[in-house]
Amino acid sequence: MDNTMTHWKFPLLVSRDRFRDELRMNVNQHTRMASPYGQPQPGYGQHGYAPLDGGYLAPYNGPGSAYQTGAPPQGYTPFTTFPYKAVTAHPVSDLSSPLDLGPTRGPPTSGPPPASAPQQYNQYSQSQGDIQNGPPSATQAPPRSAVSQPYNQGAMNLSGQRFSYPQHYGPPPTMQQVTNQMTGMQIASGPPTPAGPGYVPPHSSQPPVTTAYSATPLSSQTQAPPPASSASTQLPPPTGPAASQQYYGGPPPSSQQPFNSSLPPTSQQQFTSSAPPPPPQQTLPPSSYSGLMPPPSQAPAPPASQPQQAFLPTQPPFSSAPSPVSQPSFISGPPPPAQGSFPPTAPPPSSQPGPFPPLGPPPTSAPSGHFSGPMPPQQQPPLSQPSPYHSGPPPPRAQMPPTSMAQSNHLPPGPQGPPGPPGPLQQPPSHPGMQGGYPPQQNGAFGQTRGPQPGYAGPYPGQPNYGAPAPAPAPAPPAQKRLDPDAIPSPIQVIEDDKAKTTEPFTTGVRGQVPPLVTTNFQVKDQGNASPRFIRCTAYNMPCTADMAKQCPVPLAAVLKPLATLPPDETPPYLVDHGESGPIRCNRCKAYMCPYMQFIEGGRRFQCAFCSCITEVPPHYFQHLDHTGKRVDCYERPELSLGSYEFLATLDYCKNNKIPQPPAFIFLIDVSYSAVKSGMVGIICQELKTLIDYLPRENPEMESVVRVGFVTYNKVLHFYNVKSSLAQPQMLVVSDVSDMFVPLLDGFLVNVNESRLVIESLLDQIPEMFADTRETETVFGPVIQAGLEALKAADSAGKLFVFHTSLPIAEAPGKLKNREDKKLIGTDKEKSLFQPQVSFYNTLAKECVAQGCCVDLFLFPNQYVDVATLGVVPVSTGGSIYKYTYFQAQSDQERFLKDLRRDIQKPVGFDAVMRVRTSTGFRATDFFGSFFMSNTTDVELAGLDCDKAITVEFKHDDKLNEETGALMQCAVLYTSCSGQRRLRIHNMAINCCSQLADLYRNCETDTIINFFSKYAFRGVLNNPTKVVRDTLVNQCAQILACYRKNCASPSSAGQLILPECMKLLPVYLNCVLKSDMLLPGADVSLDDRAYLRQLISCMDVTESHVFFYPRLLPLMKLESGSLPVAVRDSEERLSKGGVYLLETGLHLFLWKKASVQRELLLNIFGSQSFNQIDPTMTSLPVLDNPFSQRLREIIDSFRAQRSRYMKLIVVKQEDRAELLFRHFLVEDKSASGGASYVDFLCHMHKEIRQLLS
Amino acid sequence: MATYQEFIQQNEDRDGVRFSWNFWPSSRLEATRLVVPVSCLFTPLKERPDLPPVQYEPVLCSRANCKAVLNPLCQVDFRAKIWACNFCFQRNPFPPSYAGISEVNQPAELMPQFSTIEYIVQHGPPTPLIFLYVVDTCLEEEDLQALKESLQMSLSLLPPNALVGLITFGRMVQVHELSCEGIAKSYVFRGTKDLSSKQIQEMLGLTNSAPLGQQGRPLVPQDAAAFCRFLQPVHRVDMNLTDLLGELQRDPWPVPQGKRPLRSTGVALSVAVGLLEGSFPNTGARVMLFIGGPPTQGPGMVVGDELKTPIRSWHDIQKDNARHLKKATKYYEALANRSAVNGHSIDIYACALDQSGLLEMKCLSTLTGGHIVMGDSFNTSLFKQTFQRVFSKDYNGDFRMAFGGVLEVKEMGVGGTNQWKVCSLTPSTTLGIYFEVVNQHNAPIPQGGRGAVQFVTQYQHSNTQRRIRVTTIARNWADAQTQIQHIESSFDQEAAAVLMARLGVFRAESEEGPDVLRWLDRQLIRLCQKFGQFNKDDPASFRLSESLSLYPQFMFHLRRSPFLQVFNNSPDESSYYRHHFVRQDLTQSLIMIQPILYSYSFHGPPEPVLLDSSSILPDRILLMDTFFQLVIYHGETISQWRKAGYQKMAEYENFKQLLQAPLDDAQELLHARFPMPRYIDTEHGGSQARFLLSKVNPSQTHNSLYTWGQETGSPILTDDVSLQVFMDHLKKLAVSSST
Repeated sequence: MDNTMTHWKFPLLVSRDRFRDELRMNVNQHTRMASPYGQPQPGYGQHGYAPLDGGYLAPYNGPGSAYQTGAPPQGYTPFTTFPYKAVTAHPVSDLSSPLDLGPTRGPPTSGPPPASAPQQYNQYSQSQGDIQNGPPSATQAPPRSAVSQPYNQGAMNLSGQRFSYPQHYGPPPTMQQVTNQMTGMQIASGPPTPAGPGYVPPHSSQPPVTTAYSATPLSSQTQAPPPASSASTQLPPPTGPAASQQYYGGPPPSSQQPFNSSLPPTSQQQFTSSAPPPPPQQTLPPSSYSGLMPPPSQAPAPPASQPQQAFLPTQPPFSSAPSPVSQPSFISGPPPPAQGSFPPTAPPPSSQPGPFPPLGPPPTSAPSGHFSGPMPPQQQPPLSQPSPYHSGPPPPRAQMPPTSMAQSNHLPPGPQGPPGPPGPLQQPPSHPGMQGGYPPQQNGAFGQTRGPQPGYAGPYPGQPNYGAPAPAPAPAPPAQKRLDPDAIPSPIQVIEDDKAKTTEPFTTGVRGQVPPLVTTNFQVKDQGNASPRFIRCTAYNMPCTADMAKQCPVPLAAVLKPLATLPPDETPPYLVDHGESGPIRCNRCKAYMCPYMQFIEGGRRFQCAFCSCITEVPPHYFQHLDHTGKRVDCYERPELSLGSYEFLATLDYCKNNKIPQPPAFIFLIDVSYSAVKSGMVGIICQELKTLIDYLPRENPEMESVVRVGFVTYNKVLHFYNVKSSLAQPQMLVVSDVSDMFVPLLDGFLVNVNESRLVIESLLDQIPEMFADTRETETVFGPVIQAGLEALKAADSAGKLFVFHTSLPIAEAPGKLKNREDKKLIGTDKEKSLFQPQVSFYNTLAKECVAQGCCVDLFLFPNQYVDVATLGVVPVSTGGSIYKYTYFQAQSDQERFLKDLRRDIQKPVGFDAVMRVRTSTGFRATDFFGSFFMSNTTDVELAGLDCDKAITVEFKHDDKLNEETGALMQCAVLYTSCSGQRRLRIHNMAINCCSQLADLYRNCETDTIINFFSKYAFRGVLNNPTKVVRDTLVNQCAQILACYRKNCASPSSAGQLILPECMKLLPVYLNCVLKSDMLLPGADVSLDDRAYLRQLISCMDVTESHVFFYPRLLPLMKLESGSLPVAVRDSEERLSKGGVYLLETGLHLFLWKKASVQRELLLNIFGSQSFNQIDPTMTSLPVLDNPFSQRLREIIDSFRAQRSRYMKLIVVKQEDRAELLFRHFLVEDKSASGGASYVDFLCHMHKEIRQLLS
Repeated sequence: MATYQEFIQQNEDRDGVRFSWNFWPSSRLEATRLVVPVSCLFTPLKERPDLPPVQYEPVLCSRANCKAVLNPLCQVDFRAKIWACNFCFQRNPFPPSYAGISEVNQPAELMPQFSTIEYIVQHGPPTPLIFLYVVDTCLEEEDLQALKESLQMSLSLLPPNALVGLITFGRMVQVHELSCEGIAKSYVFRGTKDLSSKQIQEMLGLTNSAPLGQQGRPLVPQDAAAFCRFLQPVHRVDMNLTDLLGELQRDPWPVPQGKRPLRSTGVALSVAVGLLEGSFPNTGARVMLFIGGPPTQGPGMVVGDELKTPIRSWHDIQKDNARHLKKATKYYEALANRSAVNGHSIDIYACALDQSGLLEMKCLSTLTGGHIVMGDSFNTSLFKQTFQRVFSKDYNGDFRMAFGGVLEVKEMGVGGTNQWKVCSLTPSTTLGIYFEVVNQHNAPIPQGGRGAVQFVTQYQHSNTQRRIRVTTIARNWADAQTQIQHIESSFDQEAAAVLMARLGVFRAESEEGPDVLRWLDRQLIRLCQKFGQFNKDDPASFRLSESLSLYPQFMFHLRRSPFLQVFNNSPDESSYYRHHFVRQDLTQSLIMIQPILYSYSFHGPPEPVLLDSSSILPDRILLMDTFFQLVIYHGETISQWRKAGYQKMAEYENFKQLLQAPLDDAQELLHARFPMPRYIDTEHGGSQARFLLSKVNPSQTHNSLYTWGQETGSPILTDDVSLQVFMDHLKKLAVSSST
């Protein structure tokens, strides 16, 4: 609950668009204030405002009233947070300084920034660009200048953490302010000023907090903030219909009023959004500007940021606190207001021209500037803030800033106002109270943030602030003190919070419970639902109706990992034997006996929880019921009390009604020239000699029953007869590759122990035999066919391990040609490159699946091998692809061998069929993963190992019932590695909700990202990547917008409000968007991308999480027993002289700054000189010091956690390899044009606002 | 006629030639009227220990379409150093090397005793012999073991420089690489897929060097290096190969109940032929196919793998119910032709209790001069010794086999020149050659003229030399009108019987059995009408001259022989018999037509007796040689004595000797015979006695027993007519004016 209620609110700063909007808003408001307001209102009214307007119109003209009524108060209360905002404002104010920073920032990015900035936009969505264009033209250098600052800030953030964030916030406001100033808002500012003073203090206080900023900006900030804040605060408060006017007249009072009156958070929201923004901006700008004029940019900025934050926070608190009651009401109202607020933006433009010619232009210009600016801003900021303003480039920034400004302004005002006035205080208290839940939320998200990352609190507009602020004004100061540049939601914070929160084992007995994050270590106790290690859902509260689901497009999906390995302290699923007649199942839907089945009639029958059909209980299964209707033996039977268990399958569940043969492993080794030369053949053969002793087995005590076979090939195939009775192995060459067959049966698949000598002899001789080969051509299709035929002949399921080097160009079925054409990348034809170039492999895959032949492919390419085509069979058969580009024995051997060992040893099931049954009302509609489907319900997996996850999407087909919830049962029928046919059952019950808020409160972003990434990565098969990216952004925007609209308390449109559970959605989504798959860099080959596609398709949530948001550990201090707290994936988090470890699940980097401490070097590498360290090392020297030991422990533990071995790459600063490393600093802009987190957040916000308007 | 007998014998001894007529009718019309065509049995490589090959090359007639070889029948002008070709009358100068020629210094080929002469061709590199074993692994363990041992043994019999190769097959076909150390390598082909020669060579990795070894040119050894992987000199790989054979497993694919093992004989042969074709065209090579059952899959399949579907019988064939027959036959014929073109011969060693598809496959051997050996099991002495005998050596220590034989026949006044590829020859290989007199009746060849025939046989001797053997013979022309007596007396009834039988067998291959018999009868009647002396419609008056007297009897037995009678024989057996019949020399052929029966008794020394049921007496031991079987039959009394163990008693030493005598004789026969005959030791009432009973003339049957009223002999339970009846009918028909 708590969590759900909390929102992340972001300062306007976040999005450049906002600025515009806000600016406009302001303008409008002003105008309205004057008179035009009425006009705008209509607009507002249109959205949802209308009603309100209707009511409020008279007084305020709608927005105003609305704002005042609801928003101000709440907002103000939140305003307590304002201080934070102020803090943020400071950052903003810092903007001026940031400007300086900006440049620096620019520099870093500068080279790239210009380009990058634009790129970012592109990434986002062109719409923005357009908008930008529009606006810019309208205006204004000035705004831009402001904008520039924000950017700078952003830049700053990058460069310096703390600074950056504040800057961000700051800048935007400044922009606005500037614009405001430009417009001549100063006048307006006048009024605000009063409030300003009040604000001022906070600001001032804030400034101090933001030490960096304080320098120059401070003054300006202080000034600016005050005005802005005052204005904004004032505005909001006054907003009450009359208030608005009053507001203008005297913000303070209004603000108070609002507070009081506007208990409902919604009002606040409104304020922020519609009324506040406009007024604040206008007013604030003026005010702030007036004061700020000179420093305007700076000053405004801070205020702006503050306001936003303030508002946001306030709102959130409200929503959270008041939520229950107020929200509902709000909801009806709020949404409109919010919309209204947005609408205002729209109207503003129009109105602006008239009423606020001056303002209008500036704002518009600002916005425009923003957009254009965003791009340039970054660059520009560095260039020259002042000039930028005036100049074209600034505009874009201006936009940003403006928005931020506006927000900040508002916020500041709010906070200030509120704080100053009792309102804020009151509110804060109220919040706390309300927030009984709230704080937690904040804590969850923010609280900690604050703690650990004060910056967050501050920067993050609302939430952190709120969290802090809400508690009391006091918190604000602390926040300020701790002020960290990070104002936007921090993944690390969330992860750490979750860790801290999770102290108890997670019990699965309660329906719809959200499990701890994948990054948290926790124990699971199965009490009736499957462990999150087996099933994770995107949402644990499913909307009751399809309409709801449609309205809020949170994907309803589950990530299933049916054979997941459990930690040693958790019991693996029990094996249940229901005797000869097989598992007890529902007569109609065939669901398996599970805890949800309802026994009736004294236990003689049971009613299916999935389809409600009533089935007789077989006599041998009968048991009496106790007084609660439970079977007496309920706790003695896993299938009646646990979420996960296995059934022993009977003959009916076997193929052809025959007990399956034990599975077989067939090793197919490429022995063409390049394979031999790279050393691959020798390594494999050497390794297999020992590996064959580690074949999977059920009981470690027993011998594995898995049989093995060996094949080598180039353009012909060599089978080996290793029958135990032979003195020497025999090689059987099959050169008829056009029509593959298996040349022998007896002696091909053998028991390892019986044929050990012959096998060893063979493995010794293979490298010798082909040592002088000159054959460079290879085949591939026939290789798989060979394995398949062998399994067919042996009538068993099994796994093929194919070690392959090159594009199969030899004349044979499945022959491929090189089609790598970089020119196609980015075009509509790009998708064709991810589709197999021949259909042969699809057909083959189908046959493989029918036989239960799983294919694992190890690739050792030196050039294009067409992974997209070669991967078809592995992907369809539940296999894996491993790729070792430019394989060199020395440096890649370890990785390959570790992968191979794990791949061979890992628990695996064969010939599996998975079916997901659901209770009525919804059903599984789509599946993602490595498998094959011949119909719409059965997922066929030739092989299913412990690392494979399958993502299932659900859709409604009827209404769900809140009482009964939604049930799903995942049944996997498979052949165990001992040849036993089994059914693994996982049950999962989740809640259903009729309130969207419940949904948002009970979802899991990591899982959503898992789904989105799979969805998107599959999407590239049929759509240009750009379309895929846009679709993703769009859907996320819809999700967030829906929340904003339906669940969040009303607030300024400038605020970005994120549901607590999804506050990381933007940052993660951005990571997905900039992944090599969707936004490839120049050096990313098609094969790499195809490879990634496959990898993603079967990743579970843990893997996808670290893959998209790599773990970055500072290694400066290591303690035994605990890991250092990770830092965010951004360059500015890397401290001087530091050494960092970064892992993605695929890569492991040890990165060290040039200025790294000697002591560290000595400890790690045993070398003092930075330059003496061998960049090609793949493992750390074993040194006898605690640090080295610990570090190696950590690395080992990381590797142990991942399904693939991560080669350690030592990267020195300014190494060439550093580019690679930087690629994984996913919060930064990427070389391929991926947006930075901040930029993306802005973009996201813009999108959301567009949706809302 | 003694002279004729002597002449014939002399001719055969010297030249290996026996003509049906030793006087030739001078026109086509007359030739046809003789009923038995002018034809001969020619044994190209008849062993001539007294004939050392000459170390130079033959002198050829310079006319392009003649190219006859200088021979004793040529007219030579010693002064002008010119010789006239006796076939085309072209006058040819002697080559410079003959400068010293004179009446007293004649080259061997001009001497009359060298009507058959053998030249050794010096040019060209010696090419190794090639033995490619193609081994069926769908055998019973015991059989396979025996076969493996035989094969291992055979390695020691091969000349050290001979190349050997090994292909094994069952469900798959494996071509074994012999050059490798350590791991035994083999190339595997799926047994169901018909592959072209080119595909096979590609798959064996031979394509790179294939262009070098173009057809028509033997490969030089360097070229052959590429193929060494599969064909290696015996001396280099015999250890390897011995091990390889030792490890040879039965076909590992499971054979479900009610199924035959899948045997890819067709593809195996195709691969063998393809391999040789690509690597050693026109080189003497022997593909030795060992099979233990019929081909059951892929091209050349003879029967499906369902046991419930029995392999075709004559009955099925007559009913046109053998669905694989034509296809398989066509397939093997194509293979045989390819093989023949390249001079490679194919042997078939089929050892199975049931049929193994010889009917379809026999063309492989027939067309390429290969052997066919049929037995019940590889684990029998029949097979083992026969196989050993394949590698028997002559007085010079050379193999009694030759390769890549090309026979060219040049005749004068008879027809054009013809050339046949025989591929593989043994000293006993005997060809039937039928001539056609092309002279028109109205332009008879002048009296006293001589017709000449020259046989030129080029072959690769087993010591890798290329040799040319030239046999030139001449016969007088005779006018059938005026010299019918001469012609009649020149009739070689033995040769004629064999030649006619071969014609009959040839017809039997393509015609219905009864038709062939009718044809044969008609020919016999016509011959009798032509040369018999009789009064019209008076059978009793019928007489045949001595030179024809035995002929009808041969025909009688021929009619009953398994070559024409398929009753009680499987198609495979018929094929087997026929195959051998058409390639053995005259003596053996006659034995086949009319088995020899010896009698051993206390009444006197062993003596040949009539092949008649009357010869089967209780106190006799009979030894019958049918070529394919050697039957020792103990008469009822003898049998009882033997059971009583008299032979073990010192006082009955003579009885022991009597028992031993036929055994010794049989051993002698066995020793010389190829293929080894089935050796049968039976007695009166023994089940195996049927072999004897089916052969003898059923002069006494259950029908005639009492009529004849004799106590001697043993009645045969048959409806077949006896020789007596046959002769009576013959006479009646011959004298009948209606025919």
